[in-house]
Amino acid sequence: MLEIRIHGRGGQGNVVAAYLLASAAIDGGRYAQAFPAFGAERRGAPVAAFVRIDEHPIRRRCQVREPSFLIVQDPALMEVAGTLAGLQAHGTVLVDGPEAGIDDSGDNEIITMPATRLAMEHIGRPVPNTALLAAFITLTELMPLTALIDALAERFKGPVLENNQKLVEAAAATIEAGRWREVAHGVGA
Amino acid sequence: MALALEGSQALARTIALCRPQVVAAYPITPQTHIVEGIAKLVADGKLECEMVSVESEHSAASVALGAAVAGSRAYTASASQGILLMAEVLFDIAGLRIPLVMTCANRALSGPLNIWNDQQDSMAVRDAGWIQLYCATNQEAIDTTVQAFRIAERCELPVMVCVDGFTLTHTLEPLDLPSAEQVDGYLPAYRFHHGLDPADPRSLGTLVAPEHFSEVRHAHHQAMMRAQTEIEQADDDWAAVVGRHCGGLLEVRGDPEARLGILTLGSVLGTLEDAMDNDASLPRARFIKLRSYRPFPAAALREACAGLDTLIVLERALSPGAGGIVGPEVQTALVEMESPPRVHNFAAGLGGRDLSLDLYKRLVDAVLGEDRPKGFAIIDADPTLLPEADR
Repeated sequence: MLEIRIHGRGGQGNVVAAYLLASAAIDGGRYAQAFPAFGAERRGAPVAAFVRIDEHPIRRRCQVREPSFLIVQDPALMEVAGTLAGLQAHGTVLVDGPEAGIDDSGDNEIITMPATRLAMEHIGRPVPNTALLAAFITLTELMPLTALIDALAERFKGPVLENNQKLVEAAAATIEAGRWREVAHGVGA
Repeated sequence: MALALEGSQALARTIALCRPQVVAAYPITPQTHIVEGIAKLVADGKLECEMVSVESEHSAASVALGAAVAGSRAYTASASQGILLMAEVLFDIAGLRIPLVMTCANRALSGPLNIWNDQQDSMAVRDAGWIQLYCATNQEAIDTTVQAFRIAERCELPVMVCVDGFTLTHTLEPLDLPSAEQVDGYLPAYRFHHGLDPADPRSLGTLVAPEHFSEVRHAHHQAMMRAQTEIEQADDDWAAVVGRHCGGLLEVRGDPEARLGILTLGSVLGTLEDAMDNDASLPRARFIKLRSYRPFPAAALREACAGLDTLIVLERALSPGAGGIVGPEVQTALVEMESPPRVHNFAAGLGGRDLSLDLYKRLVDAVLGEDRPKGFAIIDADPTLLPEADR
């Protein structure tokens, strides 16, 4: 079973990101589960959401404590206690930030990508979730990018969907395809 | 085909398939998405239904009561403080034997304020006279909701479908929704034989003097006890339609040969099952999923406990000053057994505390080798967070 934890701030579309990723997996014929850990219900508060993906029905409903992947929607959250807690030894981190970069100096590789900047360019809103998901799917090759676009199409239509589609393609193009494939498929198998 | 749906959205669509004619609700976390979903289906013209936005939960239950009595299939939903605010009306609905269905998106009760999941809210209205069915999964919540309307209308008793807040209501997963044809074939049009009809005038809910009140209560109790058959039948008949059982009154799972049993209500079951199956070094358990808490299936429970040495009753609420709520009832039911298991009683996961995988080991470790029940405890309370006197 693959376990992913998404960290963000209230209002950043954290839950939506988790739902989109799980929906894309389910639509592709896999089992998946996504749910939020609600904290203070206000914009800006640190929040987390969880995604599990498996080939078999998922029974557990506890929070994800030892994720293989972290998706972090705000670089400042990297300094907040608990964000990196429990990350597996082979685990990796995808984080939004001003400039693209790879930090493999520590135990866990951290890839930074300008998700908010890309979102501003394509959808005109500082919401990094879709770009991060596109990058995550590209890195892990867990599913084709079209699965994400299909999941987006269940929520958006018209110009909003078209812009999101362009955002997905742009974000995917900034990132090395399959770099995390081994981790994703090794654990998920 | 399974759809990727949030539990609440799936429930909203399921309720729409049951064709309620009146829905009255007041939003409260974590029930909100369910009634928002129904409201949207009505606004989009996909459900023909009077959606009544009321000013309080007391009114929500009152409107649903009135609608059901006037001949409409009615529904409401709430949680936590909302359940408390409608408590007066909940007792009325049950005492007047009105067939209504409501969802309780289980949440802790204040104070202190807490929006997260436990089951103190539905337990607080345990004695209201409603049938209470607890759901272990979102799929069960869907299937139980359809069954609830049939049970309610056949038994002329209200049914509360208890769905763990957040843990189920806010979890997106693959879910099978029944088709309109399946629901229509299973659930006949609403009829209430004791409703109000200008052509046949009568009063409902008038003063009942001591000469008759005991008999009214007796009849209500008897109707609840008889409902056990209908709950099992409703589940069997629905299984014949969709190929899925919810477990009737209760379901025995896990290792049938185990001498250790764990009884649960609601969504913690899957986590415990997963924990047991993932660690071969742990002793195995027989799980008893108590689906029908009211009526309380004492006979089925004795059967499910046959051969057990030890039974852990794990609950998501407590009665401060006494201990568990479900535990003592289970113990009473098992007294009639020739050799009843020792019953240990714990609460866990209060106010949304995560029910983690290691809960299974903690439960097992707490009871193994114990010759006598140790007494009720909140097993995941952290004594280091407490002042000395309260540890």
